Amino acid sequence: MINNLLWLIPALPLMGFLVLSLAGKSLSKSAIAFIGAGSICLSAIITILIGINFLNHPPAEGFISQTLWTWIEVGNFKPEITFLIDPLSLVFVFVITFIGALIHIYSAGFMAGDKDYSRFFACMNLFVFSMLVLVLANNLLLLYLGWEGVGLCSYLLIGFWYENPQNGYAARKAFIMTRIGDTAMAIGLFMIFSQFGSLLIPEILAKAPQLFQQGDSIITIIALLLLAGGLGKSAQLPLQNWLPDAMAGPSPVSALIHAATMVTAGVYLIARMHVIFELSPIAQMIVAIIGAATLLIAGFSAITQYDIKRVLAYSTISQIGYMFLALGLGAWTSAIFHFMIHAFFKALLFLAAGAIIESLHHEHNMFKMGGLKNKMPLIFWTFLIGSASLAALPLVSAGFYSKDAILWYAWSSEKGNVFLWTIALLGAFITAAYTCRMMIVTFWGSSKTEISHLPGKLMTIPLLVLAFFSVLAGFIELPHNFGHLTLFSDFLNPVLPETRMGNESQPEWIFQLLAAAATFGGIYISYLFYFKKPALIANLKQSSWAIGLYQFLFSGWGFDLLYNALFVIPITYISNINKNDVVDQLYKGISFISFKLNKSLSYTQSGSLRWYAMGLLLGAIIILTIQILL
Amino acid sequence: MILVWLIGILMGGGLLALISGQRNKTLPRWISLYTVSAGFLAIISFWIDHYPISSISNAWLIEYKADWIPAFGITFHLAVDGLSLLLLALTFFLGILAVLCSWTDVKERVGFYHFNLLWILAGICGVFMAMDLFLFYFFWEVMLIPMYFLIGIWGSENRVYAAYKFFIFTQASGLLMLLAILGLYFIHGNNTGNYTFNYLELIGTAIPQGIQNWLMLGFMIAFVVKLPIVPFHSWLPDAHGEAPTAGSLILAGLLLKTGAYGILRFVLPLFPEASANFAPVAMFLGVTGIIYGAIMAFSQTDLKRLIAYTSVSHMGFVMLGIFSFNALALQGVIMQLVTHAVSTGALFIMAGMLKERLHTRDINQMGGLWSQMPRMGAVGMLFAMASLGLPGLGSFIAEFLILLGAFRASPLLTIIATLGLVFSAVYSLRIVQKVFLGPVKKDLPVLDLAWREMFIMASLTISIIWLGMYPQPVINTAKPMVKYIEQIFSGENTSQSHTGKSIPTSQQNNIKDGTYVSK
Repeated sequence: MINNLLWLIPALPLMGFLVLSLAGKSLSKSAIAFIGAGSICLSAIITILIGINFLNHPPAEGFISQTLWTWIEVGNFKPEITFLIDPLSLVFVFVITFIGALIHIYSAGFMAGDKDYSRFFACMNLFVFSMLVLVLANNLLLLYLGWEGVGLCSYLLIGFWYENPQNGYAARKAFIMTRIGDTAMAIGLFMIFSQFGSLLIPEILAKAPQLFQQGDSIITIIALLLLAGGLGKSAQLPLQNWLPDAMAGPSPVSALIHAATMVTAGVYLIARMHVIFELSPIAQMIVAIIGAATLLIAGFSAITQYDIKRVLAYSTISQIGYMFLALGLGAWTSAIFHFMIHAFFKALLFLAAGAIIESLHHEHNMFKMGGLKNKMPLIFWTFLIGSASLAALPLVSAGFYSKDAILWYAWSSEKGNVFLWTIALLGAFITAAYTCRMMIVTFWGSSKTEISHLPGKLMTIPLLVLAFFSVLAGFIELPHNFGHLTLFSDFLNPVLPETRMGNESQPEWIFQLLAAAATFGGIYISYLFYFKKPALIANLKQSSWAIGLYQFLFSGWGFDLLYNALFVIPITYISNINKNDVVDQLYKGISFISFKLNKSLSYTQSGSLRWYAMGLLLGAIIILTIQILL
Repeated sequence: MILVWLIGILMGGGLLALISGQRNKTLPRWISLYTVSAGFLAIISFWIDHYPISSISNAWLIEYKADWIPAFGITFHLAVDGLSLLLLALTFFLGILAVLCSWTDVKERVGFYHFNLLWILAGICGVFMAMDLFLFYFFWEVMLIPMYFLIGIWGSENRVYAAYKFFIFTQASGLLMLLAILGLYFIHGNNTGNYTFNYLELIGTAIPQGIQNWLMLGFMIAFVVKLPIVPFHSWLPDAHGEAPTAGSLILAGLLLKTGAYGILRFVLPLFPEASANFAPVAMFLGVTGIIYGAIMAFSQTDLKRLIAYTSVSHMGFVMLGIFSFNALALQGVIMQLVTHAVSTGALFIMAGMLKERLHTRDINQMGGLWSQMPRMGAVGMLFAMASLGLPGLGSFIAEFLILLGAFRASPLLTIIATLGLVFSAVYSLRIVQKVFLGPVKKDLPVLDLAWREMFIMASLTISIIWLGMYPQPVINTAKPMVKYIEQIFSGENTSQSHTGKSIPTSQQNNIKDGTYVSK
């Protein structure tokens, strides 16, 4: 039975990690690449086999599960090491292993010159293992293991080039900010256990509607705590500002961890626990609002960046904002669809950007690139395909189909409204604008840096595969008014409910036209500013308000400054002034007083007979006086 | 008899090391290694014989009793249950590592050093086994005095101050415990006419509420000073900072645990009402310790002091868990005792190894060591992760169970305690960053781990991962004790729910029906 191989999907990357971390120093580079990438490729193959089997012979209970051992057993608290595959986790496992395998193959070429080749693959393997545990876990404690594990790997890989303290700082920032969310999530788990008496996900989902009324305050608190966990990992408002700094890691890391997989863990968590969120309309509304606010804020910041990876980072935050918006609207399958499409095109964009950066002597600044259209044609075309998907170019890109669905539900679903729809549309406009700006600046114009070499086959083949999917993956789910293909949502509907519709009075094509107009509008604006009339930018640079606004947006809306002032500086200050421990001073005081007393009393023992005689006399007088007085 | 042997072999080995140290420097090391290893094998085989403990109906696995000073009702009474067994295994395990990590570190008065080391271990074993309060106090002192010498003679620059401070804190609080023991002795004697120090007979003594609070506090102060709990913690950073590596290892790994053990074994069963009344204060102090220790750890620049403050933070979880009085939290507490010994012990050993190489404990003078010592870097990273409670490692299980259990007792305090997880991430990552990452500060050639050091670190690494992925052996072993305490505080009658036969070696009526109580 192929299903019994389920445990191998996470176990293979774990074995890869163990071999590489224990024996990595003594292996040759090709052996390291073979183990590192091979383990993920094998996982991907097993996933595809299990997936095909799942589609052909859907299991009666709707999922496949495999228990390895009981992790802990204390009374009725009995989490197991159990892996569970249902349509939702299958989509995630597929994306993680398939895109993960491509990125590992790419890395074999990309990291070839690095001295810490084995450490890189060991960490990447450990990451894939943790991420797989996260999505395969059947209980929240095991999910939490994966959840923290991916955080660790993210930390290790952001700070991969550890000699530079800046990278270490970015890594710690990422870890600590996500840990704030994780801590809230841990409290959520305590609450869930105290309410449900279990952390088993199927049990919680089954019991929740029986135990709680719609809108109970406890279920809202639980939902919000889980959401807080998701906000940290998925870099959403107000815990979003670690992600741009996380670009300090190697580009494959950004592609795998900070674009395709880990940062969507929050999306997975909310989709997985959707019953809880459906029971709390307030919490779901907050999810939608946070998603909308984040997609806009990050989009505006993306426009101002000059580091190509930071543009992509802000765009990732923004695109995950779309996913959160979809989750908040109850458009569960649309969120997961956008997750999958986004994983393809964003991984593609990061890998292509990595190839450019490597060829240009580690130059990150787009404005120092330029003119690469003819020099790196393959990169240009794949990057163009990725960008088209990101900008949601109508009809021909996968991104259009996934994003259009979200825009449509922002208007028409039961929870949708004009406000959310307007923000989403504005976001689409901005997305197109910054994507087009990035394309023009990088590939057109005059060449500013000479390229050293073109990327090899190990790097280009994954790009081609991802480009292929960035176009074609969209066609498995087509809008209602043309094609009406629902392969993807049909697959997920056993796990995730259909979207409840509200306002369907207007025809869908109007909204599709408006979305297309937003995309083209954004493209045109960038074309105008960066290609046709660059003088417009020079004019803008004259006015102080534009510079101020630019600075504000460039710094990510000042969140770093705010958090520094609110948390970092006060806590460091308190900690530093109390370095010598005020409590200890108390004890030191006691010993100081004892010494002083001892010293002053020891003066009386001077050895001088006159003093002793005086003392006797004085004592006698005092005693006599007291006796007389009393 | 095996119980007496465990102590006897350590004391005898210590004397032998002392004598042989007069002539030879290597001999005491080997004698100590063999002695502690023999004890370790004995306790492990005993554990395997009796596993799984939870299926054995009798709470006490083995007992030894002999008269000592019959006139005062003092007996030489040792007994072991699951909790003691775990802590004894831990004692011998860390004992082996303590001998190994002083192998090259200690060069002067090797014989006397190992004498002290083994006698501390003997005292700790005695503390974990004594069932007579007078005997308990005796062992409490036995572990204190050699430790004083260990810090005072083999410590670093400021060792005399640290040794005095350690001695005065523990001695002063120990005297309060002695007074409380005597108080309990006389009250029990007055009530029943039977003047005895036997723990099992003293359980259930009817003590008036007012006096019970005072007696409870007498015990409590001795134990929380050892644990330590804010505001009685300030001896710890000094003692840790100045002690030799093995001293820090034993302090963090074992001596602190005697405090927690004392609360579990003596304070809760002897004074249930007073403990229940005290619980809110105790939990509050625990949470204060978690946060205060973590914030203090962040500002330290001396690596060993830093780790000492993380201990304060981690022991706060113990306090919070104990006074939650439910099985989840108590199992977490016992896990925490074991995992903290392993993880913090590893960090102290690492600090010692760094000091041997760099001759400094100041983390501002370290940095970039990963490139020269990738193995130690990886180990350091792993134990920093254990310290911040990464799932998959033992500490996570401990802290998660404690918080999960404490949430039932007090949601608000638990939420504050959980915030400690953020702070623990902050200080743990700071250690890694300052020591191993960043640019290279000292461009001296530094050797990576040698084979002996690899063995120490590998055994600790395997332990912490095993505890994190399959903690069930520990949980099962501690189960009877946890059940017993949970029952005291859930108001059930304890003697009804424990059934079973009395152990064959025992002729006394006080361990009948497999219960922890005599009446």
